[in-house]
Amino acid sequence: MFMFISKRFLQLIPVFLGATLLVYFLVFATPGDPIAALSGGKPMAPAVEEALRAQYNLDQPFWIQYGLYLKSLVTFDLGQTFSGQEVSDVLGRAFPVTARLAIMALAFEAVFGVIFGVIAGMRKGKLFDSTVLVASLIVIAVPTFVLGFVLQFFVGVKLDWAKPTVGVGAPWGDLILPAAVLGLVSLAYVIRLTRTSIIENKNADYVRTATAKGLSRRRVVSVHILRNSLIPVVTFLGADLGSLMGGAIVTEGIFNVPGVGNLLFKAIKAGETPTVVAVVGVLVLIFVLANLVVDLLYAWLDPRIRYV
Amino acid sequence: MSENPTPEIIEPSDGARNTRRTGKVSSRTIEHYVAPLEETPLLAVDFVDETAEPQSMWSQAWRSLRKRPLFIISAFLILLVIVVAAFPQLFSHVDPTACRLDDSSETARAGHPLGFTLQGCDVYSRIIYGARASFLVGLFTTIIVVVFGGVVGALAGYYGGWLDAVLARLGDIFFALPLILGAIIVMQLPAFRDNRSVWTVIITLAAFGWPQMARITRGAVIEARGADFVTASRALGLSKFRALVNHVIPNSLSPVIVIATISLGTYIVAEATLSFLGIGLPPEIMSWGNDISNAQTQLRNNPETLMWPALALSITVLSFIMLGDAVRDALDPKARKG
Amino acid sequence: MTEQTKERGLNPADNQQPLLEIKNLAITFDTPDGPVNAVRNAHLTVMPGETVAIVGESGSGKSTTALSAIGLLPGNGRVSGGQIIFDGEDITHASEKRIIELRGNSIGMVPQDPMSNLNPVWKIGFQVKETLKANGLAGNNSKERVAQVLADAGLPDAKRRANQYPHEFSGGMRQRALIAIGLACSPRLLIADEPTSALDVTVQQQILDHLDTMTTELGTAVLLITHDLGLAAERAEKVVVMYKGQVVESGPALEILRNPQHPYTQRLVASAPSLASKRLQSKPLEVAEDLNAVVKPEHPRNTDNVLEIKDLTKVFKIRKGLGRSEDFTAVDNVSFSVKRGTTTAIVGESGSGKSTVAQMVLNLLKPTAGSIAFDGAQMNNLSEKELFTFRRRVQPIFQDPYGSLDPMFSIYRTIEEPLRIHGIGDAKSRQARVKELLSQVSLPSATMHRFPNELSGGQRQRIAIARALALQPEVIICDEAVSALDVLVQAQILKLLNELQENLGLTYLFITHDLAVVREIADDVCVMQNGRIVEQSTTDEVFNNPKSDYTRNLLAAIPGSTLLI
Repeated sequence: MFMFISKRFLQLIPVFLGATLLVYFLVFATPGDPIAALSGGKPMAPAVEEALRAQYNLDQPFWIQYGLYLKSLVTFDLGQTFSGQEVSDVLGRAFPVTARLAIMALAFEAVFGVIFGVIAGMRKGKLFDSTVLVASLIVIAVPTFVLGFVLQFFVGVKLDWAKPTVGVGAPWGDLILPAAVLGLVSLAYVIRLTRTSIIENKNADYVRTATAKGLSRRRVVSVHILRNSLIPVVTFLGADLGSLMGGAIVTEGIFNVPGVGNLLFKAIKAGETPTVVAVVGVLVLIFVLANLVVDLLYAWLDPRIRYV
Repeated sequence: MSENPTPEIIEPSDGARNTRRTGKVSSRTIEHYVAPLEETPLLAVDFVDETAEPQSMWSQAWRSLRKRPLFIISAFLILLVIVVAAFPQLFSHVDPTACRLDDSSETARAGHPLGFTLQGCDVYSRIIYGARASFLVGLFTTIIVVVFGGVVGALAGYYGGWLDAVLARLGDIFFALPLILGAIIVMQLPAFRDNRSVWTVIITLAAFGWPQMARITRGAVIEARGADFVTASRALGLSKFRALVNHVIPNSLSPVIVIATISLGTYIVAEATLSFLGIGLPPEIMSWGNDISNAQTQLRNNPETLMWPALALSITVLSFIMLGDAVRDALDPKARKG
Repeated sequence: MTEQTKERGLNPADNQQPLLEIKNLAITFDTPDGPVNAVRNAHLTVMPGETVAIVGESGSGKSTTALSAIGLLPGNGRVSGGQIIFDGEDITHASEKRIIELRGNSIGMVPQDPMSNLNPVWKIGFQVKETLKANGLAGNNSKERVAQVLADAGLPDAKRRANQYPHEFSGGMRQRALIAIGLACSPRLLIADEPTSALDVTVQQQILDHLDTMTTELGTAVLLITHDLGLAAERAEKVVVMYKGQVVESGPALEILRNPQHPYTQRLVASAPSLASKRLQSKPLEVAEDLNAVVKPEHPRNTDNVLEIKDLTKVFKIRKGLGRSEDFTAVDNVSFSVKRGTTTAIVGESGSGKSTVAQMVLNLLKPTAGSIAFDGAQMNNLSEKELFTFRRRVQPIFQDPYGSLDPMFSIYRTIEEPLRIHGIGDAKSRQARVKELLSQVSLPSATMHRFPNELSGGQRQRIAIARALALQPEVIICDEAVSALDVLVQAQILKLLNELQENLGLTYLFITHDLAVVREIADDVCVMQNGRIVEQSTTDEVFNNPKSDYTRNLLAAIPGSTLLI
């Protein structure tokens, strides 16, 4: 087991290095002057330009720049925004909001996704199954931002069941609607994945053997079908946590949630490249760690993996 | 080579081979029953049914497909979208760019069935003319992803070794960046920001979309390369590369076709999302994403200007996803006889 | 459990009433193409303590019939007629609750494939314990009980084993665990669905012996489902033969074997390889004996050895993670030769290295050491061009008829492919050749427009043979070529191979795990165990006068081999 963990951990390091290098390279080493980009193309005083070059280490060779960038990520000393705030402070305020949002979305898709998926899978071909399948296709087909607007408009404005935008401090209650929107597309995938998995396992030989032992229907379903079917679902959910944090940009924009996505989007609009690179680096780190957790979870759920 | 982690336990065979097993004889009387032959006629062993029409796998899949309502509906809708994208003038005589502020947010009237936008443009006409950009982005992104991701995945899966290891890590790196996040970073690069066009969007989406296709193809190729028929053709003298082209790739196509069809839909959604964020297609290109983005400010006053392009977009995407689903069912080896 | 046995023993009336009675049973499957009658007019009786075998080929409805007795038909199947009576109670349409009560402690089951029948995510002990619990037999000390049950099934070191997962078990051990589960609650009837067909013969024999002992001790009646008539006759008092969903004959086991009445049973008895006693006659006996006299490994003067294999060794590196690896010698110093126009069989159980030898002879795998000479020429360092010529002369036939033909290629393209690769003839002459080849394997020429998925396993194997013959090779390597086929089809293919050998002067290297088949097809035999040849001689010599213990064990393990017919 220890071997397994350390092996997976070692495999993630090149992924993290590669992804951050990719981002850094794209932003700082592609044609076009990053400093000009920083100012949004407006002319600036040579002294300011020099200072900026020094601040972002652009006077150094590329590999040293990248090394310093990695160091800043690991030490969480992410530099300053244009308005002079510490990026780590700004991120520190935005991050808990997005984390809350992502966790709520994850809980939403996990609970409803598994419940609907299991029922649909157990009643394959029945009305419930067909309805859920069609509904999940529609959810996947409609872009998140359209769903967001529509739900905001109907649930938030017309019906007044929830607040259309999120208030100061982003309390849990205000986040329900954005979380639902954020998790909706993944919900559709979770339902379909659970359903497929259940159908596959329902016909497995060991399920028939379990039935032949004289176990009750309930026990066959919960102990033998469910547990085995949930392995791929749990894997998907774990990997999805990372994408939810990244994908929150759209949802946070619609509902005006003061989270990482909003921060990132504003930084992009304002051309604050260093902030963008810093935030994306942190997101990649989270994504990679989430994947590690998934691997461990997977090994815990499926004993066959542990010894590979 | 299979390695057996735990060898079989062979019990000490004391006497087992000395006892001659002579069968069991029951003390009860057992009736010897023989079924009447006319009720259980004997057929020739393993005869070929020469009456049935020969069917290749594709023709079988096609037979099963064309009976599915899901396929008929989605194929019809996709054809419609393609015709609209190719010849928009057949469907609308109104110039979508001839906008008059006098018509700002007007409701529907004769010749303008879906009303007007805030700028006074005809909504219906813009939807018709907007199909082309959305469809082209989806189509070309898919083509690039299938060609590039497919080739990379096939080579990695077939040849294995260090090539596979390197390509797998490369795929992981791209996977660590969610599509939208990666696209946002690329689209705001000076080189892209200053030359925004249909092609910058296509290249960006393809750059972050290919690892998925590479993974799917790799998996399918690994499954197919171990088949006996590949070994058999190698033993016939077929070169390793020809075996890949003649046998392995044709047998790995089904999942690629399915995923490509579904992805085409999701790329259209991704384009709309980027346009909505203001970093997708440039505003002067008519697209559903841009129209939805423009209409968002009017959501409370004039929700229809948002709903109609969103509906067109969603139905198109839904058609591709449904088509992919139908094709998946038709190509499912478990559903086929054999 | 002993109490129960005693109770049963004390009551003589039990012996009169059948334990299981199936009358006029009909089972229908609902498929997209309409209902299909899988079983009709089936009837059988099992008396208490009796072993009854249902014999039939795949698709004969034997498993379906047996599984209907514990309500385990697949979702789209249903009993559409007749009666199932268990111990005097009609359970044809019993409630689910009643069926669940019966399962486990009244009717147990041992399934077919040990690899897929244990839930991979739960420990073995857990899976045994829940069986006991569900039937109220776990008691206070369930851990001890579980270990006891596993030990009873012949699993050594049961306490530790109970704490392991299925993937840590070998196939035979898993099957023992499944037997433990099936018998854990001392059922009165055990349904054993091909309980050992996935295992090597020696393991199979031990497990069946053990099952026999246990059921005799417990007084459990067994409904044994098998495709192997020899095994059925050896293990059961009564045999029921099923064909196309119907019972065609039933009666005392030995009686059925010695005096089959229904033409299907007669055919089955005639083709059962385990009961056959001699080589298929493709050439006059005297000649065969002559050949036997000539083939002596010590005399290399024999220039007509098509294949000469010397000190062949193959070592695989098995990765143990983090760059470490371990050597595994799959083939260890193997030497043998194959005489032109004859059949040499390599026999061994799984892991014996027999298939690795075949791959090396086919030049698909590089040997670690040793040499292979084909027609006098060394194969070690062939140039591309020489290899290409070699390919024309040596061809393989594989085991799995479903995997050896490309599903995308029509039969015509499949058989034409070798001709095309080697640039033989033009389109017209190739078509004529394909027709000729199809007739050689006794298939109508119209078959060439078809696709593999439209053909049965035996027909596909014929196509594979036709493809192998297309280049007029001298040697054909059959890697378990008939192992996946039903008995009757298997007999047909063996006959075909034999005829082809006679007509075309082919040489076969026949790789198999099944000694029974060897006797029908081979002139010479090499017996392999753990990568080494433990015995090699003529077929008659090996069968009549085996030298090594291992060969003797293998021979004794052939089901039905010792029955006097």
